[in-house]
Amino acid sequence: MVSKSYIFIFTLSNKQIKFIAMKPDLFQAPDYYNMDDLLSEEHKLIRQATRDWVKKEVSPIIEQYAQNAEFPKHLLQGLAELGAFGPYIPQEYGGAGLDQISYGLIMQEIERGDSGIRSTASVQSSLVMYPIWKYGSEQQRKKFLPKLSSGELIGCFGLTEPNHGSNPGGMETKFTDAGDHYLLNGAKLWISNAPFADLAVVWAKDENGRIHGLLVERYMEGFSTPETHNKWSLRASATGELIFDNVKVPKENLLPGKNGLGAPLGCLDSARYGIAWGAIGAAMDCYDTALRYAKERIQFGKPIAATQLQQKKLAEMITEITKAQLLTLRLGQLKNEDRASSSQISMAKRNNVQMASDIAREARQILGAMGITGDFSIMRHMMNLESVITYEGTHDIHLLITGADITGEQAFK
Amino acid sequence: MKILVCISHVPDTTSKINFTDGDSKFDTSGVQFIINPNDEFGLTRAMWFKEKQGAEVTVVNVGESSTEPTLRKALAIGADNAIRINAAPTDGYYTAVQLAEVAKDYDLVIAGKESIDYNGGMVPGILAELTGFNFINSCIGLEVDGSTATVTREIDGGKESLQTTLPLVIGGQKGIVEEKDLKIPNARGIMMARKKTLTVQEPVQSETLTKAVSFEKPAAKGTVKLVEADNLDALIDLLHNEAKVI
Ligand SMILES: Cc1cc2nc3c(=O)[nH]c(=O)nc-3n(C[C@H](O)[C@H](O)[C@H](O)COP(=O)(O)OP(=O)(O)OC[C@H]3O[C@@H](n4cnc5c(N)ncnc54)[C@H](O)[C@@H]3O)c2cc1C
Ligand SMILES: Cc1cc2nc3c(=O)[nH]c(=O)nc-3n(C[C@H](O)[C@H](O)[C@H](O)COP(=O)(O)OP(=O)(O)OC[C@H]3O[C@@H](n4cnc5c(N)ncnc54)[C@H](O)[C@@H]3O)c2cc1C
Repeated sequence: MVSKSYIFIFTLSNKQIKFIAMKPDLFQAPDYYNMDDLLSEEHKLIRQATRDWVKKEVSPIIEQYAQNAEFPKHLLQGLAELGAFGPYIPQEYGGAGLDQISYGLIMQEIERGDSGIRSTASVQSSLVMYPIWKYGSEQQRKKFLPKLSSGELIGCFGLTEPNHGSNPGGMETKFTDAGDHYLLNGAKLWISNAPFADLAVVWAKDENGRIHGLLVERYMEGFSTPETHNKWSLRASATGELIFDNVKVPKENLLPGKNGLGAPLGCLDSARYGIAWGAIGAAMDCYDTALRYAKERIQFGKPIAATQLQQKKLAEMITEITKAQLLTLRLGQLKNEDRASSSQISMAKRNNVQMASDIAREARQILGAMGITGDFSIMRHMMNLESVITYEGTHDIHLLITGADITGEQAFK
Repeated sequence: MKILVCISHVPDTTSKINFTDGDSKFDTSGVQFIINPNDEFGLTRAMWFKEKQGAEVTVVNVGESSTEPTLRKALAIGADNAIRINAAPTDGYYTAVQLAEVAKDYDLVIAGKESIDYNGGMVPGILAELTGFNFINSCIGLEVDGSTATVTREIDGGKESLQTTLPLVIGGQKGIVEEKDLKIPNARGIMMARKKTLTVQEPVQSETLTKAVSFEKPAAKGTVKLVEADNLDALIDLLHNEAKVI
């Protein structure tokens, strides 16, 4: 009964356009341990606002964009208006001045819609605005932050290279001092937002092999950003390369406040923290969808939710979501007090993304064949999470970070 | 122009409704509350006046402290200040008496034509009577020019355009703005709302004219039988012999 009544696929075969009308987004967030009691009214308000926005703007269109492997560019303005670009950046620089838990909740709700849209908000906030705020000069902050916050400028973050992913310290991109400017050469790969970004925060080595951040702007000669195609994951997010062929970067575009590998890693801490929340959003959406489906889908004369096997899956899902919520809220409290360590953030990112990925797989099976279609969000989440478990430090690397932290022995090399 | 928007704090329509105390009291546990949709349309229209014609917008609710998040949301959407009349109202007359105390200082009072929880549809009318303001209900359009208001009202099978003067109470609904015009508060608005004043004021003495004796939920829906679209005979047979409606 469920299967037939909910599918709406309109095919304009002569134009070969497939339009998928998503079902109304009925999402209801689980809160098994009354975690809401630990949130402020303001937290709940910002979460609800983001949830409303996602239901109104993201859910109805996202499946179609993902199927078409296209980034819904028109959402950028809405993300900016909502305050998803730099929510914790101080108001004097155009941010909203919210706390870290609010930032986390915004990421959770956006990723509940789609990891790709959350990626864009993460990159803009934590990988572009954050380094300019923390490591930039006052002039750079005034020049770029308000425009990044309003969405007038969209940024990207170039750390990963073709030959250096988990080991960014080995990067080959470099710049030399050419008198009144720097000359930048090299290439970055797998860069979210690259194809349309106006501004790139690029990490490169100076003549002494020291890593610095440079602000590379779209108009600069020798700078190109080809798009990476054929992804099965984060299809509604644009990924590309950054190619620097003797790019002249004005000296005032170097981030003066911090150098060395710790500078990009500081940004990653902030982004990973947001991802830890985001993954809960994806998991909640899969769980909520599977729970509703299991209650409605009748087999052998009863709802499949009445069978022990499906109950085991659903019960384990809500248990894992609840554990992740507690872990992450505590991390948010530590972050608000500026006490969250990189290793603590690694643990949450690793745990939550794996948790979401496991839930997506189980949830997909609960939907049977319906689970493989674009009429439900689960398989999109499942595929998206393959990127989320890889970027911002792979699942393995985060484990090695915890390992190094508790044993004092670095096992990377 | 000084605008007062009356905000009723109501359960989200997707909430599960239960009653306690021998079915005489609504159980609020686990219920998500929202701005009454008719009031949200009115608030959005008030924001339009504020932006386009210049107006000061106050939101008011008669309720206990648990309704404050709803008022904060209205402030985050853009209202200038908020008043909460600290009472637990149980009927429309009592509510209107409390609102009248505040409303007398305003030029335009925007209420909803009815709440989506108790659906009384009485508050705006009683409020107009108590304040002596003009009153138009079921508005689907509202323009103000100086002290003249032009109001469009939904009537059976059509629309009616009316002119009246301020001070005025209206009962608004969808149409006064459209759903797409509704504003989702944003992070900056939420931060600004922190600095806006929410005044808590004690209620005036008033009687309550009605009392809820008990509540009853609608009968649970029966199971559904699906009939293939091309099998009309089976449908007619079911309607005739089983449902006995034809
Ligand atoms: C959709 C998408 C968007 C991205 N966006 C960005 C972006 O905006 N900016 C950016 O800079 N990067 C971005 N990345 C790149 C991402 O951060 C890297 O892919 C990631 O760091 C892993 O690097 P790699 O792919 O080179 O894998 P590798 O480092 O080659 O790793 C391959 C495998 O080896 C394992 N491995 C590596 N080293 C060790 C070790 N010491 N011990 C044990 N196992 C090890 C890894 O865990 C992994 O399983 C993005 C990636 C994707 C997929
Ligand atoms: C703590 C609490 C407990 C309550 N318990 C009960 C109860 O036990 N039984 C019961 O019947 N009702 C109860 N109510 C509802 C309350 O009595 C209603 O506000 C009142 O009955 C008017 O509702 P209505 O449906 O008649 O409003 P309507 O006349 O349908 O409302 C029309 C418009 O009037 C305005 N309005 C209505 N109520 C308010 C308000 N409180 N503050 C500001 N503007 C308002 C709004 O603009 C609304 O759109 C309770 C409310 C609260 C806050």
